[in-house]
Amino acid sequence: MAGSSIPVPGGLGATEVAAAEAEGTWLEVLHSWIVTVDHKKLGIMYVLYAMLFLVIGGIEAIIIRIQLFFPDNHFVSAETFNRIFTMHGTTMIFFVAMPITFGFGNYLLPLMLGVRDMAFPRLNAFAFWMSAFGGLLLYYSFIGGVGLQGAGSAPDVGWWAYSPLTSRAFSRGHSTDYWAISLIVSGFGSIGVGINFIATAFCTRCKGMTLFRMPLLPWLYVVQSFLILLAVSPLTAAQVMLTIDRYLGGHFFDTQAGGSALIWAHFFWIFGHPEVYVLIMPSFAVLNEVVPVFSRKAIFGYPAMVAASVAIAFVSLGVWAHHMFTIGMTSVGNAFFVLSTMVVGIPTGIKIFNWIATMWGGKIRYATAMLFCVGFLVQFLIAGLTGIILSIAPFNWQLHNSYFVIAHFHYVIVGGILFAMFGGIYYWFPKVTGRMLDERLGKWNFWLFVIGFHLCFDVMHVPGVLGMPRSIYTYEADRGWTTLNQIVSVGAAIQGIAIAILVYNIIRSCLKGAVAGPDPWDAWTLEWTTSSPPPPYNFAIEPVVHSRRPLWDLKHPNDPDEPLEEGMIHSGGKSPS
Amino acid sequence: MLQAALLLAACAARHAFALSSKTSIFSPAATPAKVSYDLSLFVLTITGGIFVTVASLILYAAVRFRRRPDDDGSEPPQIFGSNQIELSWTIIPVLIVVVMFLATARMIFAIQDAPQPPSALEVTVIGHQFWWEFRYPAQHITTANELHIPVSDTSTSRPTFMKLTSADVIHSFWVPRLSGKIDLLPNRINEMWMDPHTPGLYVGQCAQFCGVQHAKMLLRVYVDTPEQFAAWVKQEQQPGVQDPAVAAGRHDFESQACMNCHAIAGTPARGQFGPDLTHLASRKTIASGAADNTTENLERWIDNPDLIKTGSLMPAMHLTADQVHDITAYLNTLQ
Repeated sequence: MAGSSIPVPGGLGATEVAAAEAEGTWLEVLHSWIVTVDHKKLGIMYVLYAMLFLVIGGIEAIIIRIQLFFPDNHFVSAETFNRIFTMHGTTMIFFVAMPITFGFGNYLLPLMLGVRDMAFPRLNAFAFWMSAFGGLLLYYSFIGGVGLQGAGSAPDVGWWAYSPLTSRAFSRGHSTDYWAISLIVSGFGSIGVGINFIATAFCTRCKGMTLFRMPLLPWLYVVQSFLILLAVSPLTAAQVMLTIDRYLGGHFFDTQAGGSALIWAHFFWIFGHPEVYVLIMPSFAVLNEVVPVFSRKAIFGYPAMVAASVAIAFVSLGVWAHHMFTIGMTSVGNAFFVLSTMVVGIPTGIKIFNWIATMWGGKIRYATAMLFCVGFLVQFLIAGLTGIILSIAPFNWQLHNSYFVIAHFHYVIVGGILFAMFGGIYYWFPKVTGRMLDERLGKWNFWLFVIGFHLCFDVMHVPGVLGMPRSIYTYEADRGWTTLNQIVSVGAAIQGIAIAILVYNIIRSCLKGAVAGPDPWDAWTLEWTTSSPPPPYNFAIEPVVHSRRPLWDLKHPNDPDEPLEEGMIHSGGKSPS
Repeated sequence: MLQAALLLAACAARHAFALSSKTSIFSPAATPAKVSYDLSLFVLTITGGIFVTVASLILYAAVRFRRRPDDDGSEPPQIFGSNQIELSWTIIPVLIVVVMFLATARMIFAIQDAPQPPSALEVTVIGHQFWWEFRYPAQHITTANELHIPVSDTSTSRPTFMKLTSADVIHSFWVPRLSGKIDLLPNRINEMWMDPHTPGLYVGQCAQFCGVQHAKMLLRVYVDTPEQFAAWVKQEQQPGVQDPAVAAGRHDFESQACMNCHAIAGTPARGQFGPDLTHLASRKTIASGAADNTTENLERWIDNPDLIKTGSLMPAMHLTADQVHDITAYLNTLQ
């Protein structure tokens, strides 16, 4: 019988170990978290760490929006504003978006693969602490150096940090060093995570789980990890080169000594564009788990979903210079990057269509997790289409570095990545804590976030079209941008309230949420077979799987995904490939 | 039908935007901006069509297939995929991409590889933290922040071809109604052209973050009629006015540090770090557009530039009130 060797919900996997372990003095508990190499604890720490920086980066966003509420405003000085927007961008990309995806991957990969930990638990802990120290180092810049006046010596060169603005001639003191060194440190952490995810997914799956029986989430983390290795390495190299320029008399980017400002831009965007896909792959991963479970249907076109992810990753490595259409490339160069950028849209479109097809004919339950995923679908569609608009080089010459671009990438990162991650939080929170997140607060969280998001980022496209460039601490009153900026600021405030509700919901539900049980969503992947929260060893008995949805087989013994036949290798369902 | 409606919407949007801002990219006044605008209508129509189609599918699926209150709790039929359907939604996007790419590539080549006609005006643009230097090599003119170029309409085709570079960090030249952006990089020369069809003032600003006062690196382009432009060139070619009534101010200018950074043609002042002041009084703004060129603003600026533009590289020279007054009077004569 299919799945007979899987620990039954509430069966062998469910023990009281987790409860027993929480005992001890607070110092012992703290110690156990700091020295832990357990993937679940590290995953939780990644997510909490990301949430902390989300709040900090959010406060920075609010400061930016207050400053831009009126033309010629003096809420903060020009210098402080430049530091704040640099910190906002750096924080949100490197210390919110990346760690939150790493958190989900860490927590879920071993559970979904039916194993007891990551392939390299110590590397895992090392990677987390490198990322954490990177973030602390970046924020130490506020009090380090000249310290505590204005924004201290926080970096003020933009999160893209174009040279030669970062050279010692134009960036005195240590602000740029904090930026470069903290990203080197956290970059090593990211590379460690990438290695670990790949090794775990390729080498440590439970019995019966062939690569094509892996749930899609691990697949997408594999793709993300290859992108990390290929994209974060050049960034780290560029930071090392920048530091050599600044302290050892190198001339890589020092234009006054014959270096090239253009080379930095290439290095940065060879990292910067695949980075978008580093962040979006885990969001796809969340949708690939949440949409089928809440639609009560298997994912539509699993092989196509895997192939599309790999194709996106592959093509995304060749699109970086679409960030540089105005930098003075040749016409042939520009045309090449127009084409490659448009091509990324094709596999991305396949994914959206496959999610729609998964919902099609289902019985969709609108728990908060699913609401966030439907929000993702609509918003990511728009983000993708504005991406296509931006790929039209002659139009890009107008839109580049304008607020249209800011609106576009916030659509990707907030409307796409953050929505998916919030959906993931609502979906897996019961597994992690054993308690349900409050659904009523969840609905408030979702709808306020949707309203705030659209008020903010839909409207933000327009000042860009009206000629408002990014990175300006103030603007002229006669440009017709004032009302639009005020609407954007109101939207930002509403999103702030929505995030506050999420934080409150998490804290409240941790303490007195409804008890979840091992499988509250009636789901199909292995993490739902063990207790909530899972014991340190995850599974009392190593599971054996026979299909992509082991719990479906268990719950529907008469209609398993892959009926077992001797000597036959299945890839599932009606559409073998 | 749908596309016509979208086109109408885009036109309506265009008029709304054009009314509300003098830097709208939807009211082009020169060929490169017009090309961007035409392509934008094309791509907005296509992406708008895709959006309406796919968003309708998402919303239809989301509403139509929600679980009903009277649901019996059974699982819906499990469908694992369909090669035919998946192939169709792969091929259709491929065709759309091919069409969009060809239309775009044609326009890239038309703009970037346009030959320079003999009648063209050549201008060299040099970006500085945080101001613009304009040189007209054939006319032997150097000026700052306010670019004068001739109109280039059907009767007299005289496009302006610019070579752009930077003295320090990366800047970006952007006057939305005339052309898209082009970056100014140190150690590198980029090119851009524009052929404004209507005389008038076109504003823009630096579009690449270049340091503390990036926001106040504003840009004004005056498109002159051929007569106006000829007169302007003639005036700019004169050396600085020498009015004995302001000799005290000139003496202060040449004996203090002013002349280390600023040039005034016909005097010993040959500084290269700051804007050329030979015809400062004929400019409408100071500090790269940060303030109007009035006596009061000029006095404040000379007294302490931070009062107008914090972080500007011009230092406060700790002049006496009399010196500030005299120098301002001198600069005010430099028509």
